[in-house]
Amino acid sequence: MTLNPNSVYGRIISELHGGEKLRSCLQCGMCGGSCPSGPDMDHTPRKLFAMIAAGQDDEVLRSNTFWYCVSCYLCTVRCPQEIPITDIMYHLKHQAIQAGLYTTDAVDFSETFIGHVENYGRAFEFGLATQFYLAHHPLGGLKMGPMALAMLSRGRLNLRPTRIKAVRQLRNILNKAKEIGARG
Amino acid sequence: MKYAYYPGCSAESSASAYDATSQMVAAALGLELEEIKDWNCCGATEYFSIDSLPAYALVARNLALAGRQGTSEVIAPCSACYVNLKKVDERMGDYPQLNSDVNEALAAGNLSYTPGSVRARHLLDVICNEVGCDAVSEKVVRPLAGLTLVPYYGCYIGRPEGGFDDVENPQTLDRLLKGLGATVPDYSLKSSCCGGHMTQIGTEVALGILRGLIDLAAKLGADAMVVACPMCQLNLDVYQNQLNSHFGTTYRMPIVYFTQMMALALGMEAAELKFEEGLVPAGPMLEKWQAAEASPQPRKKKSKKALPMPEPLDGGDSG
Repeated sequence: MTLNPNSVYGRIISELHGGEKLRSCLQCGMCGGSCPSGPDMDHTPRKLFAMIAAGQDDEVLRSNTFWYCVSCYLCTVRCPQEIPITDIMYHLKHQAIQAGLYTTDAVDFSETFIGHVENYGRAFEFGLATQFYLAHHPLGGLKMGPMALAMLSRGRLNLRPTRIKAVRQLRNILNKAKEIGARG
Repeated sequence: MKYAYYPGCSAESSASAYDATSQMVAAALGLELEEIKDWNCCGATEYFSIDSLPAYALVARNLALAGRQGTSEVIAPCSACYVNLKKVDERMGDYPQLNSDVNEALAAGNLSYTPGSVRARHLLDVICNEVGCDAVSEKVVRPLAGLTLVPYYGCYIGRPEGGFDDVENPQTLDRLLKGLGATVPDYSLKSSCCGGHMTQIGTEVALGILRGLIDLAAKLGADAMVVACPMCQLNLDVYQNQLNSHFGTTYRMPIVYFTQMMALALGMEAAELKFEEGLVPAGPMLEKWQAAEASPQPRKKKSKKALPMPEPLDGGDSG
């Protein structure tokens, strides 16, 4: 069977280092059984891989599975076929964003985080929490208030970001990397 | 030996206690740390999921800067920073195309990096496998006797594979804490995940995970859980109150860094080790320790009638 290179399956195999190992999935279910957030996923990784092989791309990219991945690598080290499952989850996030099919605000969390890194060179915990909660969970944000105050009073929260000196150099590197990534 | 030091972003805010005590302990053990000048964020778990090549380049800049400072090993106390530095170095070595793409990006900032030239090390690895747990144990002046400490490794000490400890049943922190004189129970969730960023994007999922971790530690009689990662500390400590109100539980489990406990045992003053930064107070644990220190339990005399106890094969750790 020839694989459509633009399908979810085809892109994992051609774009991801080690992605070709997905072809050897045995459907054993070790991944889903090991996953700390498996019970809260709408499809376990095992089922998602079957759906990918069956070409159900839309449903795959709308799934919450990879957004609930906590990057713990337990599935990866337990997979008898050595499939880089965590990296495949990352790649599925990437594909879902490109296709505009995501149904979660986790994307904004990641993008806000990255925005700080690209602007300052460092992560900015206070900014991340406030921007994310104000935009998505204003009421939840109120609940976070006491927690933030407790951290603030213990000197664990900086109200202003740190900016590295060579932020221009960093941006040049990142922009170049994006350009290279886009040419594929 | 001189090491490059990569503190990571949390060192500047939520995990300043870890950064401070890491440096204190390193100095006490004669490890020379030189901070990477003008280091940038490692991207945590967020950047790789959005756009992978810039994520590689982001981390590679730190490796390139460490190499330029003339060091061949970089120490990261944060497990997520450690795993990102290690992953980027190894992947660039494994995949020539990736190596050339990342170096093309680095060249836009007049930098370059040769894979394999800077080895990423977790602070726990260097302490236990270079200095050595036994050597640390010999430096202990105030043993942590009387304390039951649960070692919680989280994900990245052993995973992905090829790290410095077992992928599911790591032992480094167990050995270290025993060497400091603490009682260390066998904690079966030692390498389970703390929920990572799920506390932010799917709080209920995270709270369930955290409850399981703290519950088992409490059942084992832990006076504190000992961690080696700022994310683990943040989730277990800062969300413990919310977890209690969500499930109607009453946990008061201090979450401390292994460097704080090491510093105590090496004779540094508790007041200088930033225990007060924990939202769950470490006071009761410290008071219990001081009380045990003031009135040490006499060793039970062996009954003359008892048969001699056979020595275990591996030399044993009956302490």
